[in-house]
Amino acid sequence: MSNPQQLRYSKEHEWLSAVEDGVATVGITEHAANALGDIVFAQLPEVGDTVTAGESCGELESTKSVSDLYSPVTGEVVAANQDVVDDPALVNSAPFEGGWLFKVRVSEEPSDLLTADEYTEFSGS
Amino acid sequence: MTRTTALDALHRSLGATMTDFAGWDMPLRYASERDEHNAVRTAAGLFDLSHMGEITVTGPQAVDLLNRALVGNIGSVGVGRARYTMICREDGGILDDLIVYRLGETEYMVVANAGNAQIVLDALTERAAGFDAEVRDDRDAYALIAVQGPNSPAIVKSVTDADLDGLKYYAGLPGTVAGVEALIARTGYTGEDGFELFVAPADAEKLWQALTEAGAEYGLVPCGLSCRDTLRLEAGMPLYGHELTTDLTPFDAGLGRVVKFEKTSHGDDFIGHDALKDAAAKAEANPPRKLVGLIAEGRRVPRAGMAVVADGQVVGEVTSGAPSPTLGKPIAIAYVDAAHAEPGTAGVGVDIRGTHEPYEVVALPFYKRQK
Repeated sequence: MSNPQQLRYSKEHEWLSAVEDGVATVGITEHAANALGDIVFAQLPEVGDTVTAGESCGELESTKSVSDLYSPVTGEVVAANQDVVDDPALVNSAPFEGGWLFKVRVSEEPSDLLTADEYTEFSGS
Repeated sequence: MTRTTALDALHRSLGATMTDFAGWDMPLRYASERDEHNAVRTAAGLFDLSHMGEITVTGPQAVDLLNRALVGNIGSVGVGRARYTMICREDGGILDDLIVYRLGETEYMVVANAGNAQIVLDALTERAAGFDAEVRDDRDAYALIAVQGPNSPAIVKSVTDADLDGLKYYAGLPGTVAGVEALIARTGYTGEDGFELFVAPADAEKLWQALTEAGAEYGLVPCGLSCRDTLRLEAGMPLYGHELTTDLTPFDAGLGRVVKFEKTSHGDDFIGHDALKDAAAKAEANPPRKLVGLIAEGRRVPRAGMAVVADGQVVGEVTSGAPSPTLGKPIAIAYVDAAHAEPGTAGVGVDIRGTHEPYEVVALPFYKRQK
């Protein structure tokens, strides 16, 4: 698998798009989606929620386990992907595209987000 | 030290996600566990079950030993047939659930769960004292490959001359499959028709490849432990460590029918007899928690250990839970107080990380195949 170059990555396996007009999109990586297995339930933060970098803001449930969803940045949620709520398998089939999770108006971002190459090395895939 | 099966290299070449299970490195899934599950329900799946523990019991008093050591009546098992039974402690607690195959007049094969194989072997060896019978550890003598699903008879038939039509459910016969000597058993743990093939480890890869080729036109796919768990859960089958533990007697587990107080031999002095008599009487007078099915109204998945609640009170505990591919909803097996165990009981929920999610109480199993 390849991790898109234009994205940045957290060590909790989220990706963050480039910030446009103050807003960035968040999802989980293909590596994380594969590790979780078939995702069957997604609880996403709601529009208006404040999320904090490195803190839990939802959960992703797969056949075998439930995992916290962390936000890679701090800010206010401006959109949650209803398609994923309706069909969580989208996260498995298109983690970097249709399976995005939420959009956030970024107020603060940590300095330790990884580049695609760094994340590929970190995750071993 | 993690053990590997004779098919380990093959699993890796197929890209399996491996997991540690009872000290064995086993395939969890090859691609999507949901697709594997659905293949077994609609076509066929191929499983490596070589981690299961085979113990051979032979000798003139083999049946007497088994009747003394186990709770079932092994004397009524005919040659070529199999029986689901349990081995209990003196206090009635379940040590393991087993399948016993009668291979010959005085030869039986006991198949134990991987995690309990040593415990069962030790118990049978100890309980064999004084009997003219031999207990042999055959865990390394067998690899076990299962073909499960509605297309499994057609697939296995295409690589064997054995009389599969004459082979009933819970029966086994020796034969040749794909040129390999095998004990062919019509057993499984998926709720579907299927076969379990006990073969020498050296033959396992050849058999797996032959079945893969024969099964290609029948939709056969390799399947891992993950879908095996959702398949057995839908079929309402207990799993040791979840529905069955040493803390429960067969009567507590709703499986009192496997205990046979009237046996052809050792009817009065099998191990656990007195405690199980008490447990049976207690279950009659004061019904214990009952094993029921729960179907979620929402999408959150119940997990083992979560509390079943009603009116804010804890009324039971989930023992197994997963999203059901067949029902399209999360399901669970749970022990629930008798007062809330009737199918259709209103107001029952599961405490999922602090939220009481509504669940429908149903009778087990969730899924029964069309015959």
